[in-house]
Amino acid sequence: MSGHSTYEPKTGIERWLDARLPIVRLGYDSFVDYPTPRNLNYWWTFGGILSLCLASQLITGIILVMHYTPSADHAFASVEHIMRDVNYGWLLRYTHANGASMFFIAVYLHMFRGLYYGSYKPPREVLWILGCVIYLLMMATAFMGYVLPWGQMSFHGAVVITNIIGAIPVIGGPILTWLQGGFAVDNATLNRFFSLHYLLPFMIAGVVILHIWALHVVGQNNPTGIDPKSKHDTLPFTPYATVKDGFAMSVFLILFAVFVFYMPNALGHADNYIEANPLVTPSHIVPEWYFLPFYAILRAVPDKVMGVLAMFGAIGVLFALPWLDTSKVRSMRYRPMAKLYFIILLVVCVILGFCGAKLPDDQVIPGLVTGITPLDNDLNSWVWLSRLATAYYFAYFVVIMPLLGLIETPLPTPETIASPALSHPATTPAGATADAEKKG
Amino acid sequence: MTAAAGGAVAVVWPFIDQMNPAADTLALASIEFDLSKVVEGQQVVIKWRGKPVFVRNRTPKEVAAAVKDDSASMKDPQKDAERVKPGHANWLIVGGNCTHLGCVPTFGGGDYGGWFCPCHGSVYDTSGRIRKGPAPKNLVVPDYAFLSDTKVKIG
Ligand code: FES
Repeated sequence: MSGHSTYEPKTGIERWLDARLPIVRLGYDSFVDYPTPRNLNYWWTFGGILSLCLASQLITGIILVMHYTPSADHAFASVEHIMRDVNYGWLLRYTHANGASMFFIAVYLHMFRGLYYGSYKPPREVLWILGCVIYLLMMATAFMGYVLPWGQMSFHGAVVITNIIGAIPVIGGPILTWLQGGFAVDNATLNRFFSLHYLLPFMIAGVVILHIWALHVVGQNNPTGIDPKSKHDTLPFTPYATVKDGFAMSVFLILFAVFVFYMPNALGHADNYIEANPLVTPSHIVPEWYFLPFYAILRAVPDKVMGVLAMFGAIGVLFALPWLDTSKVRSMRYRPMAKLYFIILLVVCVILGFCGAKLPDDQVIPGLVTGITPLDNDLNSWVWLSRLATAYYFAYFVVIMPLLGLIETPLPTPETIASPALSHPATTPAGATADAEKKG
Repeated sequence: MTAAAGGAVAVVWPFIDQMNPAADTLALASIEFDLSKVVEGQQVVIKWRGKPVFVRNRTPKEVAAAVKDDSASMKDPQKDAERVKPGHANWLIVGGNCTHLGCVPTFGGGDYGGWFCPCHGSVYDTSGRIRKGPAPKNLVVPDYAFLSDTKVKIG
């Protein structure tokens, strides 16, 4: 989409700067004149919302560090000091803690948007992969951030997650000691997590710049999944996208504020208000909600190493998606079968989330004991539900996506982005519509 | 060429090795523990090298149950006698971290009356052997020795 620049410096100083560092031109070309497909819907506003989330986390985070003490002896107390004594400390911390959840809500919607509209398909493979890298960095950052308050959940979450790395055959053990900086999660672990938690967001910001750069090279996808062909198919970023993004951000901020001001602990866990104690694990240890589906996958596999591989595989498979999906048609709007399987995937991800929050052996349907216990667990248990859901999750990517492209008959796609609107019977002669259908 | 590579490694290594346990962490020595504090049928959890250790005073019934299962099919087969010191069969001393992902199992839980790990549902018997769930190994028996009938030295 990087056509030639239409920026014209108007004042003398702008001309002077433009000849030396064309930064105003860059901004103009990227956020004012940049052509966006005219049919973008609200699912396309999450890119802007995510930038807002990143900025909010960076600002609140940098401020929180001014009051936090990274030490196993003082971390918990310093967080309480922030909550009780620092002016507006409660607001900053709640914004930061809930901001992480908001960030993940937005990133999941953004990713499912991409999955549905085929935004990973050529030529957007690199764009998609950069997005997956950002997502991975986000997970690492969120996990390490959750350890910093040094509550019970922080501590035992850190124990479990670092031990996941320790499960890797042969090299796992030494890497585990190296990561923890000792024989157990302790002060050394806390301090290195603090250091990395401060570093990673800036790395995310760097990859975000690459992500946007790649986006501006290949251009935005759109709900029809067909490329803009002429000026009729696009609108300038400003005012159209800026206003739409701005409105969506405002709505999103309202939701954010509801959490921060009315239910700041709804997404957290009460046990994290108990200081870390290495000798007692909370009776029900669960990760934050945004990790629950992966946690369910981890527990679904009865073998330790395989469970860990399955969990990482669930993220890894996203990187390969551009080559697993064999369909020529981008948008699932025109793929009736893919649409159905996509909806099942959505439901399955939510189910996995529920499974991750439950005790594995508890019953899904209360009171029913089937007595059938393959792999030592009753069929009516959360662990079996998560096994089925895990199977579908992987099948979607490695079986259904490759096969569907070969067997599915897609619906006709419109000729151009503008044509569905322009070919409305009221605005065009009958022939034009038929034409578009035929060529699709 | 080789010199340059050697130089590069020499420069990078300190940055990697600093992450390994520091000298004072490594120096955490052994501890002594007075067994008379643990009543029969109970366990005491002590902290050793930053991690919990279970010291369990097993009832004759629990010992019998563990010995009886010696021949049962297990993931990590081991006889109860190999996990205790001769003449002190009632004393079971094991590392208090689940061999799955390191949570601290709860005393007395699970189908075998040993421990139950709340994290992913591993079940250990009264000998600390893994009987059910995702954990691959039995609870680890640390190096320890009886200094007298009521005193052990761990580590
Ligand atoms: S840590 Fe004990 S079952 Fe996973």
